[in-house]
Amino acid sequence: MTDDKDVLRDVWFGRIPTCFTLYQDEITEREADPYYLLLPRISYLTLVTDKVKKHFQKVMRQEEVSEIWFEYEGTPLKWHYPIGLLFDLHASNTALPWSITVHFKNFPEKDLLHCHSKDVIEAHFMACIKEADALKHKSQVINEMQKKDHKQLWMGLQNDKFEQFWAINRKLMEYPPEDNGFRYIPFRIYQATTERPFIQKLFRPIASGGQLHTLGDLLKDVCPSAITTEALLKQQQRMYPLQGQGWNRLARLATGEDTVPDKQKLI
Amino acid sequence: MAMPSSLLWAVDIFGRVYTLSTVGQYWELCKDTQLEFKRVSAVKQCCWGIACDHQVYTYVFSGDVPIRYQEETYENQRWNPVGGFCEKLLPSDRWQWSDVSGLKHQQLDSFTLPSPHWEWESDWYVDENIGGEPTEKGGWTYAIDFPSTYTKDKRWNSCVRRRRWIRYRRYKSRDVWAKIVSHDEPDQLPDPFNDISIGGWEITDEPLGRLSVWAVSLQGRVWYRENVCHHNPEGSTWSLVTTPGEVVQISCGPYDLLWATLWEGQAIVREGIDRNNPQGVSWSTVESPSSENGIMHVSVGVDVVWCVTKDRKVWFRRGVNSHNPCGTSWIEMVGEMMMVTVGLNNQVWGIGCDDRAIYFRQGVTPSELSGKTWKAIVSGRESDRSQTGSSTSLLSAGCFFTDDIQNQTSAVIQGDADPSSDTELPTSPASPALLGAAAAGSGPASQAETSAQLPVDPLHSEQGEATAASASNGKDNLEMNKSPANPNPSAELQWINIDLKEAQKHPVLSVSSFADTSSLSSLGAFSVAAEDQYGADEHPLWAWVSGGGCLVDLHSPLKWFTAPSGLSSSVQSLSLSITPAQTAAWRKQIFQQLSERTKRELENFRHYEQAIEQSVWVKTGALQWWRNWKPHKWMDVRVALEQFTGSDGMRDSILFIYYMYHEEKKYIHVFLNEVTIIVEVLNEAKHSFALYTPERTKQRWPIRLAAATEQEMHDWLSLLNMSCCESRRIQGPPSHHAIWSVTCKGDIFVSEPSPELEAGPQLMPCDQMFWRQVGGHLRLVESNSRGVVWGIGYDHTAWAYTGGYGGGFIQGLASSADNIYTQSDVKCVYIYENQRWNPVTGYSSRGLPTDRYMWSDASGLQECTKTNTKPPSPQWSWVSDWYIDFSPAGGTDREGWQYAADFPASYHGHKTMKDFVRRRRWARKCKIVTNGPWLEVPPVTLWDISIIPSSDADDEESVALWAISDKGDVLCRLGVTQQNPAGTSWLHVGTDQPFISISIGAFYQVWAIARDGSAFYRGSVSPNKPAGDCWYHIPSPQKQKLKQVSVGRTSVFVLDKNGNLWYRQGITPSYPQGSTWDHVSNNIRKMSVGPLDQVWVIADKVQGSHSLSCGTVCHRTGVQPLEPKGLSWDYGIGGGWEHITVRGNATEASRGAVPDTAEENATAPKEGEDEESKGKTEHSKTPLMMSH
Repeated sequence: MTDDKDVLRDVWFGRIPTCFTLYQDEITEREADPYYLLLPRISYLTLVTDKVKKHFQKVMRQEEVSEIWFEYEGTPLKWHYPIGLLFDLHASNTALPWSITVHFKNFPEKDLLHCHSKDVIEAHFMACIKEADALKHKSQVINEMQKKDHKQLWMGLQNDKFEQFWAINRKLMEYPPEDNGFRYIPFRIYQATTERPFIQKLFRPIASGGQLHTLGDLLKDVCPSAITTEALLKQQQRMYPLQGQGWNRLARLATGEDTVPDKQKLI
Repeated sequence: MAMPSSLLWAVDIFGRVYTLSTVGQYWELCKDTQLEFKRVSAVKQCCWGIACDHQVYTYVFSGDVPIRYQEETYENQRWNPVGGFCEKLLPSDRWQWSDVSGLKHQQLDSFTLPSPHWEWESDWYVDENIGGEPTEKGGWTYAIDFPSTYTKDKRWNSCVRRRRWIRYRRYKSRDVWAKIVSHDEPDQLPDPFNDISIGGWEITDEPLGRLSVWAVSLQGRVWYRENVCHHNPEGSTWSLVTTPGEVVQISCGPYDLLWATLWEGQAIVREGIDRNNPQGVSWSTVESPSSENGIMHVSVGVDVVWCVTKDRKVWFRRGVNSHNPCGTSWIEMVGEMMMVTVGLNNQVWGIGCDDRAIYFRQGVTPSELSGKTWKAIVSGRESDRSQTGSSTSLLSAGCFFTDDIQNQTSAVIQGDADPSSDTELPTSPASPALLGAAAAGSGPASQAETSAQLPVDPLHSEQGEATAASASNGKDNLEMNKSPANPNPSAELQWINIDLKEAQKHPVLSVSSFADTSSLSSLGAFSVAAEDQYGADEHPLWAWVSGGGCLVDLHSPLKWFTAPSGLSSSVQSLSLSITPAQTAAWRKQIFQQLSERTKRELENFRHYEQAIEQSVWVKTGALQWWRNWKPHKWMDVRVALEQFTGSDGMRDSILFIYYMYHEEKKYIHVFLNEVTIIVEVLNEAKHSFALYTPERTKQRWPIRLAAATEQEMHDWLSLLNMSCCESRRIQGPPSHHAIWSVTCKGDIFVSEPSPELEAGPQLMPCDQMFWRQVGGHLRLVESNSRGVVWGIGYDHTAWAYTGGYGGGFIQGLASSADNIYTQSDVKCVYIYENQRWNPVTGYSSRGLPTDRYMWSDASGLQECTKTNTKPPSPQWSWVSDWYIDFSPAGGTDREGWQYAADFPASYHGHKTMKDFVRRRRWARKCKIVTNGPWLEVPPVTLWDISIIPSSDADDEESVALWAISDKGDVLCRLGVTQQNPAGTSWLHVGTDQPFISISIGAFYQVWAIARDGSAFYRGSVSPNKPAGDCWYHIPSPQKQKLKQVSVGRTSVFVLDKNGNLWYRQGITPSYPQGSTWDHVSNNIRKMSVGPLDQVWVIADKVQGSHSLSCGTVCHRTGVQPLEPKGLSWDYGIGGGWEHITVRGNATEASRGAVPDTAEENATAPKEGEDEESKGKTEHSKTPLMMSH
């Protein structure tokens, strides 16, 4: 009978204090001040950095400005990863604020996707939502929604409107009581260190024996390397079931608004 | 808590009777196993069957409520000058002992028990009541002469007297097969029986519990059992019904449908069955669908007919309804069956021709009565469970890879096989192949074993691992094979190019063996064996099935189709193993970690600029608004809800309604934190809802809005509700003190009482109470201060509150994830057929031009025809056809007509010379399926409930809960605790007449109202004696018939049928019955007295400044220990309210503080006090309006 709303709100309103500085080799007309911003963890870099772009463009010559991209300690930051994921993946051990370098030249074609407009972000976001629903409900819920509902989800994210977003998203997070859960749990496990960017497998919320799967089960199954001995010892405490409260949260994490980072940051 | 369940009955080829529950997974052997049966026919409350001795038996379920019948006889005496009143009567007089009319001689010893299945409850005793009034001791009532009107008082001219003796007998043969004994002359007795069918319990408006029992004898004759009803479960005699030919089989539906099959292969259909003629009038014939093969078997439902022809083909009859019981044509269905049975809700089961398995017809809905596919019921038998348990525990132990296990498994088989074949089984089957061979040789009874073993054998001999795989994954494989529609997850998700391979649950299982077993299972033999987890025992072979008592609808989650196994039962136990406490701990941990993260990442950086600027979020839309100037009508408006988030994260919302007034743009707005309730309004044409604020409650004029679709309305309702709750910081389940209420629409609302509601220097006016909706549909709801809440639906189903919140349209965040269940309710819609008499044609549907519509609503103002009348809202759907209702007040004649001199007038049930108009009421049942925090408490259906308003008892102690069944029985629920609010069983409390209202107050004071309008007090009720010992009759207020009682801490209030509220004076601990009735108020519909002796009512009419409301919540103010009747009324939400309970609200604001604050007030500024006292006098000056 716990009320999820507190948790949902805390997740939604997660912020990362960030300091944007212009890359030293960018040619400017005058010195550019760093720009400080609270970035929503569940959003995308290119969606929330209009102010940053404007700020730095003021000091640059028009002809020098091309597509903006971001980099942290030499790693180009993929805009199509949620901000919280980027931070947890690359910078979780650094001191805050998170220092991001802003580039306007030499777009790293190999590492990043282009993002010419917000439509591209929207398309990516909706694709994630659809993929998650395919796993959860065989796409039945997302397909039954109207265009305006899809729009509301996106607008909710874009404008940081919790209620607006959840008014629709709750439909995606429900399942008929007789189903005992989603068909599969949509999740991705991102790793900073391997050549495989992430792990994704079909995983049911309930074991064949009928037990509810816990997050520990999932990790053990798809990413055993993520579980340290210490974690195993602590497993008793961390056996969140993927069903019910705990598992809603995980599934939500994986619907594309947030992500599952490595290093047991999960819980 | 029990889930609503019902039973499917079946007979196996050995004559053993089994039942399968709609919530169960196993066939359970009928409790009484003395007899073997050929056929059974079941309804909800009982089952009739023909045993192998060709005799008829009935099996009546035991219940908490006894089946009892009151015998009565009258003792008559006449006065003479010599001996006073004495037994000597005049020769012209009636007998000394007679029936009520005096025409029949009835001595006490002439009464005998009708059959060995009855027993006397007690000896004869004298009834000391007459029409709700107690008589003198001895029970005599006096009159001038026989027959006459009797009074309880002896007068100078009382020449005769009589008294009534009563004795109860009780049906004792419950949960056993009771043989139907015949009292007829042996030569009139029917020959041995061959088929039986029962139904007809829903024939329009017949007496409660009446049942049509039809039987076919070996000679092909049809018999009807007379007088089968609730208090006479055996019926009285068999009467012969002539038929046009020799009948072999018969089927009777729940309503008026009855079909039988003839020896020659045609079907015959009974016509003219109704309330007055349950046997029907005549037969018509329907030819077989195929000329070569006659009809062998037929089964009928509400308005469907299925048949099986002699070639085992199954047919569905099109176009069957009340007006055309013969239907129009046959459609051939897929499948070959031995027989079919149509159950409740027109659901269909059949017995497969080849495998003798029972199949359920899936997808039968009102719009698709013939359904979609046959699906085999694979449930095993309860008796086989122990073996299953052991074998599956072996499976799950994962040690299937050794020879030991094979031994153990075969040991199980051994233990289960019958002793004759036992010897043939090898004692130590080292080679499984040998086992297979041996089993095959052990006779037909062990065929199933053979098939269970055979497919395993070749695998086992090749590869030990594969056997294990086939066994442990048998179920999974089957699922895969059985659902070709979704064969492969990756096929559906082809646009995802990532490695979507299902995580292996059984690392030992190699892919190749997996493939092997699944391909093997497609051979068929395997699937049978694997599905039947009881392969050890023989596969159940069925001979007969009856679904007449089995209720399955779209929402029933049936567990019949997956083989029950140790595995699935472990599902339940394991998911149950995660306790709410654990969930709460997890949540706490997660929440804590999130808070820590927020602190870490945000604490020092709050001054940073937000990446996304906060702005108002607006939901806009087009709605219609009931404009507030005349002429009132719906007008199109634009509506916008604007939400502002304050710096504290709290939200404030304003609803704007933009409209045009004389081509000028205008708007009204409402602050949602001022809204007290948002309530759906019943409107035939619109999806509309109303918003109230305290101001608008005073005006009786809410803001009314309507949406174009139900979905759109629910979206708005959900959002507005959420915003209201948020602005008031209300979330989670209602508290134990919550006040519950129900509207005439059946919607449930709950309000959190503030301490100032009942006491304090300044009472909180009840129009300021905030009400939020809880899902579900109820007629009444009762609570107590320990959080035990029960409700009763319109269909009299009892429901216990689960502790959840939300449900219905309230979804998502404002609704709890657990404890929300499907709930349904059924009610009637009534329309009136009106006729006027004219000299030429008599009564006809040709009225005068000034007359009402010939088909109308009760008022006659609205035209309501059978075709244009719709269910109350789109949430409701019809579940019956129109039928004549014989129950309106005033009575009806045999055709349902009520007569009157003119419209509108008071109607009576018989025609007189002065009557020129008549009307009759038609009813049609409709059903709502919704959800909410309620679980059914089967099986007794209820009329009233009361829960003891205890407050400080310890948690484990049981809570006293009394109820009245819909038949008028008084019941006491045992085992009700905070943890198990549904309790365990009913204890029946005997009464001499049906009751209608009950209330249990503090200190176990139980009061009740009988149907005749008199009150009773129950003596000596205590925790140790939960049912008390006897009833004390309490005379009603002069000339008033009571209808409701409510007992608080010390106060007892009753309500009479004329809407008067009475207070019981003179109640003391030593004399709890009190002395006199004091009139308190008129115009009251319903009341609730709480544990603080607070009095709340639903008033019939309350005048507001703009409008009048009926069904208004009112609160009695000024109730004090020395002023228990209170002083005046304070008006709250309404109209349209039907019921309220304040019995949970024991939150006592410190009453002792009242004098102190009064003193303080004396020094306080004068204006404030003036205003307050002015308000009070205004209230007391406004009487509740007279109801006539």
